[in-house]
Amino acid sequence: MSNKATLAKAKMLKPQTKQSFTTYIMVIAAFVIMMVLSSTGNVSSQIEGLLVPLCVYSILAVSLNLTVGILGELSLGQAGFMCVGAYASALFSIATNESITVAWIRFPLAILVGGICAAVFGILIGIPVLRLRGDYLAIVTLAFGEIIKNVFAALYVGIDSNGLHIALNQADMNLAEDGTEIIRGALGVKGVPQDSTFVIGFVLLMITLIISYNFINSRTGRAVKAIRDNAIAAESVGLNITKYKLITFALTAFLAGLAGALYSHNYATLQAAKFDYNMSILILVFVVLGGIGNIRGSVIAAIVLTLLPEVLRSINNYRMLIYSIVLIVMMICTSNEKARNLIISVFNWLKDQIIKLKNMIIKPKTKEVK
Amino acid sequence: MKSLKRILAMSAAAAIAVSCFAGCASNTATSSEGEANGATGKTIVIGGSGPLTGSAAQYGVGVKNAIELAVNEINAAGGVNGNTLKLVFEDDEADSGDKAVNAYNTLKDQGMQIFLGTVTTGSCLAVIDKSKADNIFQFTPSASAQDVIANDNCFQICFTDPNQGKASADYIADNQVATKVGVIYDSSDAYSSGIYNAFKKEAQAKGLELVSEQSFTKDSKTDFSAQIADCKNKGAELVFLPIYYQEASLILTQSNNVGYAPKFFGCDGLDGITSIENFDTALAEGVMLLTPFAADSKDQATQDFVKAYKEAYNGETPNQFAADAYDGVKILAKLIEKQNITGDMSASDICEKLKAGITASDFSFDGLTGTGMTWTAGGEVSKAPKAVVIKDGNYSALE
Repeated sequence: MSNKATLAKAKMLKPQTKQSFTTYIMVIAAFVIMMVLSSTGNVSSQIEGLLVPLCVYSILAVSLNLTVGILGELSLGQAGFMCVGAYASALFSIATNESITVAWIRFPLAILVGGICAAVFGILIGIPVLRLRGDYLAIVTLAFGEIIKNVFAALYVGIDSNGLHIALNQADMNLAEDGTEIIRGALGVKGVPQDSTFVIGFVLLMITLIISYNFINSRTGRAVKAIRDNAIAAESVGLNITKYKLITFALTAFLAGLAGALYSHNYATLQAAKFDYNMSILILVFVVLGGIGNIRGSVIAAIVLTLLPEVLRSINNYRMLIYSIVLIVMMICTSNEKARNLIISVFNWLKDQIIKLKNMIIKPKTKEVK
Repeated sequence: MKSLKRILAMSAAAAIAVSCFAGCASNTATSSEGEANGATGKTIVIGGSGPLTGSAAQYGVGVKNAIELAVNEINAAGGVNGNTLKLVFEDDEADSGDKAVNAYNTLKDQGMQIFLGTVTTGSCLAVIDKSKADNIFQFTPSASAQDVIANDNCFQICFTDPNQGKASADYIADNQVATKVGVIYDSSDAYSSGIYNAFKKEAQAKGLELVSEQSFTKDSKTDFSAQIADCKNKGAELVFLPIYYQEASLILTQSNNVGYAPKFFGCDGLDGITSIENFDTALAEGVMLLTPFAADSKDQATQDFVKAYKEAYNGETPNQFAADAYDGVKILAKLIEKQNITGDMSASDICEKLKAGITASDFSFDGLTGTGMTWTAGGEVSKAPKAVVIKDGNYSALE
C-alpha cells in the first residue's frame, strides 16, 4: 500500500520538482558511494585526489549553464570569476589564519568572501558588457577574463607593520624587515590553508544545484527565460531586461567564486596562469556537451570529461587523442538525427532482450509458486 | 526526447562506472606488483612527472627520455646493489593545479618510492606539500624557483632562479661587460620574473644602471617592437633576457630588423637557441648565456651522453633539462649505493636515508651539469655556472 501511495504522490509532483529531485538523489548517491568506498580503503589516491576538483568543475559547469542555457548568452569569462573567488578567499584565509583558528568557521567565511567578491566583479563587468549580444558578448567576456588573470599575475601584495603594500613590481613594494609577501606576481599565493574536503565540496555542489533549480523555476527565472526566447516580446510586457540579465550574470559569477574558493583551498599554491581562457572554454565544453540548459547534464559532463583523461593515463601517449575523439563522438551523437536514432534503436533492442530474459527467468518461478 | 535524455544519462552513468572500475583495476594491479617487488627487494620505483603534452612538452619529453636512458644504462650494468630501477612517468601538462596533483597521485598508486620531478616550477609548487606529507624524497631536475625547496625533503639539480639572476648581474658587473643595461622579461612566468627580481637587486648593489625594464606576458609574446624600441632609445648597451629561447629568437630577429645590436645576455632558458628552425643563427652570434650544460661541449661524459641520447631518440639533441635529469638518476644511483638502500624499504625510510646521504659532507658528484656538486640541507645545489658565448654557431666557454 505504502508503495502505491508514494507512487501516486510521485505522479502528483510537478515535472520540475521531479527533475530536480532526481538530480539531487543522483548526486547524493554518488557521494554516499564514494564515502563508503573511501572509508573502506577501496579508492586509489588518484581518484581520492580527484574528488574535490570534480565538485569544483561541476559547480562551474552548473553556474555557467545559468548564463548560457537559461539567459541564452555566451560567456567566456568564467575562469576570470573563478580567479577572483580563488584569490579573494585565499587572501581572506591567510589574513585570518591566526585570528580564526577553527577551520570550519574560517573556511565557510572564506567561501562566502570569494563568492561575494566574484559577484561584485560580475555586476561591475555586467553593466557595460550585457548591452552586447551573441558573439560580441563572448569576445568581451573573454577579454575581461584575460584582464583579470593578467592583473593577478602581475600583482604583488605584501603586509608589514606599516600596513598593506600593493605594487606591480616586487622591488616597488618596499616591505619592512618584518613584512611577508602574500601575492607574489606570477609565482602566485602560497601557504593557503588546505581546508577543502570532499564533504564541503559536496555540500557546495548541493547548494549550487538547489539555488540553480529554484532560480530557474522561480518568477525571476521565468522572466529570464522569456528574455532568452524573445527579448522584444519580454520587454513589451514590462520586463526590465538589464535587471534580469545582471541578476543571472551576478549569480553565475557568485557560484563561480564559490568554486574558485573551493579550488584555491585544495592546493598548496595558487597561480593566476591556471585561470586562462582554456579553463573558460573547458567549462563551456562541459555545458555544451551536457546539454545547454540541462543542469543535470552539466554535472554528468563535468564528471565524465574530468575523469576521462585521468582514467586513461595508462595509455599515456594516446589519452589526449582519445579524449578529443570522445568529444567529437559525443557531439555527433547528440546533434545528428541518424546517429541519435541508431543509438535509440540499439538501446531499445537491448531493452527488449533484457525484458525477454527477465520473462524467461521469472515465468518458471511464477509457475512454481502456483 | 525524454527517452533519449534517459539513454544519454544512463550511458554517461555507465561510462562513469566503467571508468571507476578501470581505475580500481589498474590500481590493484600495480599495488600487487609493488608488493611482489617488495618481497624480492629487487626493484626501486622512481617516479617522474612533467609535461608530455601541451606547449611545454619538449621539456617534459627531454627529461623523460634522459631518465629512461640513465635507468636503462644502470640496469644494463647490473643495477645498484642488486636492485633494478624502474621508471614510471606521468604527464602533468605543466599545470600549476589539479593536473600536477593528479599526476603525483597516480605515481603514488604505481608504488613510487623516489620522486624525480617535476620538470616545471608551477607543477612543482603544487605538489611539494603532498610529497612532504607522504615523506617521499623529491629531486627536481629543472624546477628552479626558490620556493620549490621550501620543504626539507625536496632538492634541486638546477640552479635556483635568484642564483641565476645574481650570478648574471655579478658576471656583467665584474667583467665590465656593460654599464647601461636593459631587461626584457616575461612577467607572467615564475621562472622569468624570479630571475629578473634577483637580477635587479644585485645589479643595483653592483652599480649597474638599469635603463629600461620591459615586460611581456604569455599572451603577448610575438611582437617585441615596443620593448626593443625602449631599450634602444634609452641607450642600453646590453639587454638581459631571462626568458626561454623561442621568445629570445624573436627578440634577436626583431632587433636586427630595426638595426639595434646591443650585447645580449641570457640564462639557461636560452639554451637551444641555435637549433630553432627558420631562425638565422648568425643573429645569435655573440649572445652570452649562463648555462650548466652545452650539448656540443668537448668533454668525454657530455659527448657520450649526447651520442647515446641521439641514438636512442631519433637523432634529437638533448637540452639542459635532459642533462639535469640524467645527472639526477646518476646521483640517486650513487646515493642508493652509498646508503645501502633496497627496494623493500618504504618510501619514507628511503627519503630519510637519501636526505642524510645527499647532505653528508663527504658526498659530491661530478656530472654533465657541473663538477663537485654538493647540496645544502636547504635543498640548494652548489655548482659553478658556466658562462658561454655563441661563436660560429657553437657554445664556447667565456672567461
